[in-house]
Amino acid sequence: MSSVLRVERLTYTYADATVPALKDVSLAIEPGEFVVLAGDSASGKSTLLRAANGLVPHFHGGTLSGRVVVGGLDTHDHGPADLAGVAGSLFQDPESQTVMGTVRAELAFPLENRGHGPAAVARGVEEAALALGIEALLDRSTHELSGGELQRVALGAALAGRPRVVLLDEPTSQLDPVAGDELVWLLRRLNEEWGTAVVLSEHRLERCLGHADRVVVLQDGAVACDAPPRAFLDWAAEHHPALLTPGARLFQRAGLRPTPAGVKDARGTLRGHGLLADEEAIGAVPVEPGSADPSSPGGPLAAVGRLLKRSADDGSAVAARDLWHELPGGRTILRAVDLRVAPGECVALMGRNGAGKSTLLRHLAGLQDGTRGSVSAAGRVALLLQSPGDYVLHERVGDEAPAAALAVVGLEELADRHPRDLSGGQRQRLALAIVVGDGPPPAVLALDEPTRGMDRVDKGDLAERLRAAAREGAAVIVATHDTEFAASFATRVVLLADGRPIADGPPRDVLAGGWYFATETARILGGEGGALLPEEGAELLRRRLQTLEVRP
Amino acid sequence: MTYRRLASPLHAARASAGALFCLVLAAGALLEHPLLLGAVAVAVLASAAGAGVLGELGRTAKYVVPLAVVFGLINPLVVREGLTVFARLGEIPPFGQVDLTVEALVYGGILGARIVVVALAFALFTACVDPDELLKLFRRVSFRSALTATLATRLVPVLARDAQRLDQARRSRADGGGEGRAARTIILRAVASGALDRAVDVAATLEVRGYGATHRARAAHRPWSRHDLAFLAAALALIAVFAGSAVAGIGSFEAYPLLRAPVAAGEIAAAIAIVLLGLLPFLDRRGIEP
Repeated sequence: MSSVLRVERLTYTYADATVPALKDVSLAIEPGEFVVLAGDSASGKSTLLRAANGLVPHFHGGTLSGRVVVGGLDTHDHGPADLAGVAGSLFQDPESQTVMGTVRAELAFPLENRGHGPAAVARGVEEAALALGIEALLDRSTHELSGGELQRVALGAALAGRPRVVLLDEPTSQLDPVAGDELVWLLRRLNEEWGTAVVLSEHRLERCLGHADRVVVLQDGAVACDAPPRAFLDWAAEHHPALLTPGARLFQRAGLRPTPAGVKDARGTLRGHGLLADEEAIGAVPVEPGSADPSSPGGPLAAVGRLLKRSADDGSAVAARDLWHELPGGRTILRAVDLRVAPGECVALMGRNGAGKSTLLRHLAGLQDGTRGSVSAAGRVALLLQSPGDYVLHERVGDEAPAAALAVVGLEELADRHPRDLSGGQRQRLALAIVVGDGPPPAVLALDEPTRGMDRVDKGDLAERLRAAAREGAAVIVATHDTEFAASFATRVVLLADGRPIADGPPRDVLAGGWYFATETARILGGEGGALLPEEGAELLRRRLQTLEVRP
Repeated sequence: MTYRRLASPLHAARASAGALFCLVLAAGALLEHPLLLGAVAVAVLASAAGAGVLGELGRTAKYVVPLAVVFGLINPLVVREGLTVFARLGEIPPFGQVDLTVEALVYGGILGARIVVVALAFALFTACVDPDELLKLFRRVSFRSALTATLATRLVPVLARDAQRLDQARRSRADGGGEGRAARTIILRAVASGALDRAVDVAATLEVRGYGATHRARAAHRPWSRHDLAFLAAALALIAVFAGSAVAGIGSFEAYPLLRAPVAAGEIAAAIAIVLLGLLPFLDRRGIEP
């Protein structure tokens, strides 16, 4: 059988670069394979995908040696438009991936470009919409869709006409856990039912490793590992522990084998060892008696009472009271939100796309005014918005933020660099320095989805900085979809749904009992003992192993 | 401003007919006679009301009217024609000796009005003509012009959202990010420098969706609806009125040295015809639901 994608000794250097982005890369993807591309930020994953769809070199220029053959078409001779018939592509940012005004037109666009007749286009649109469950969106305008919906539509456009291989560059990075998991399941289903080969670049490996046939690791532009998921995890344990999934780290720390590729795999092994607690008892960690139900805002009298309360006397760093945000002629984004965050608290704000997280943060920072209710803060609220690049206004790092602030985030030596030459993690730190400044420390440090596209090392560094800010007295509030990251820094998790907090408590209460809003460790252990991180889970398993050993 | 399919005859018409109608209205700005130019402006506004997009045109007017006023005011400062002097301002650098004339002031007003009419006609076009359909239309004629048109139409809303985000980021800075005009300049510069990146992203997406492949897209057959025919007929009739007036010497206008804008039966008839032709296609509201 001929490979659907064959890369032979590919070396590529971008037009304005001195160091190659890809070095002597060779690999073959067979029809129907599900391959995960792993690696740190800037390891060459995106470039490899762009070489496979012809954007490299036809669109980006640069110097290329070696050969890439996609569905029998050599990228030397065929550009991206020709290759689109055999390779569908999906990038990170859904906003710049929709080029038509309606969903129907968006799905029809690639088919029409391939010269299909009206009947074939109509059928292709229906098939793609049904396969992705977006048939209800067909006549909606693309600019009305949420990020998750847009990403599905973009995937539909990539799959319309059934390409032989689909290339995806971190497609879940802007999606909530529910939409992210749904997208990966969808890819698996299309892979199995249509036989479409999938090449998926992803940082959150725990999300997709269980579906993968192979994992290809890129390091500094070269292939460092090409193996099935379990073998990859064994390689990562030895050569690149930052790539280990939480489940693999749990097993490694507990001294268990074989390394699991996914939750089902891990639970099977634990069950075999007798290490899984009675499944009947597994479920949500019971809420302690007396804790308030955040989803019950009370009647009109309670609402009036909340409005009458004053902020300064409760010691909160920031407080929202009965906060509503209703769009004129549109939907309600926030509904009677009551939230108080104390100095030194680390709060993870979680919820589906469109739940109101970003809007709430903007209200807390004073960037938006509510239609009802109030917000008060004990001092300045420093808000870091989703894209650190949006803060870059000058030509020099040193002109963006004061020297003292740059020193705090470890960028003082890069003061003469152009901000756009910084890596993703460095740019995030620069944005942090810009919003924090060198004046009195902010009373509240709020961050909106700061871990998008970050590798595990950068996430760990950010979590440590947030904890340090909290130790110095700032209230830290982070809107995030990343449950592992939330578990690593938060002392409290607030779950928003439809503009209201529906759960509010310590991470072990909120993140241990669910399925989507739960860490991989919690999913493996079924929420047992409130263990969220591999270290906590491993401790639990080690104790259980000791019990089993001493039992006669 | 973006296109949204509404229940109106202009939205229901095919893109070619709707676009022609709007472009002919924009071409009406070539008329200089104040009565005829006013009639074109009324026709544009009446069409916008008929299409339910008067609010969108209002938003455009907010930006364009001040610009038109500036044009109107600059003209008497820089033009040294006209015999009816109403103010002698003396030596004003860099204009030199400035005598303000009624003729230059009126002509400045006409220039401003023409700018407003063109901008409003294009706003009507943007709000009522389906860009996807137009893109397909262009694609069959010229790949390059269609690509340019697509990039332009896609980029405007994307850049508008970028500007909103950048402004929020500016307001989140510890140093406040500046205020007023300086802040707006900073945002404008940042959006402009990011526009190239955005254009590259959109162009890359077009490429990987097969745009510009060697295959020729086949158009679906679509029967001509009553609205297609009505707007095509109105556009052609407007062209006939404009051309007929010019040939018959109706709507002649001279600004200098003395104002001359005769209003006779011909001018009145032409003005009424322009307004009616702008309105008539909107009277039939059958089959306009999306």
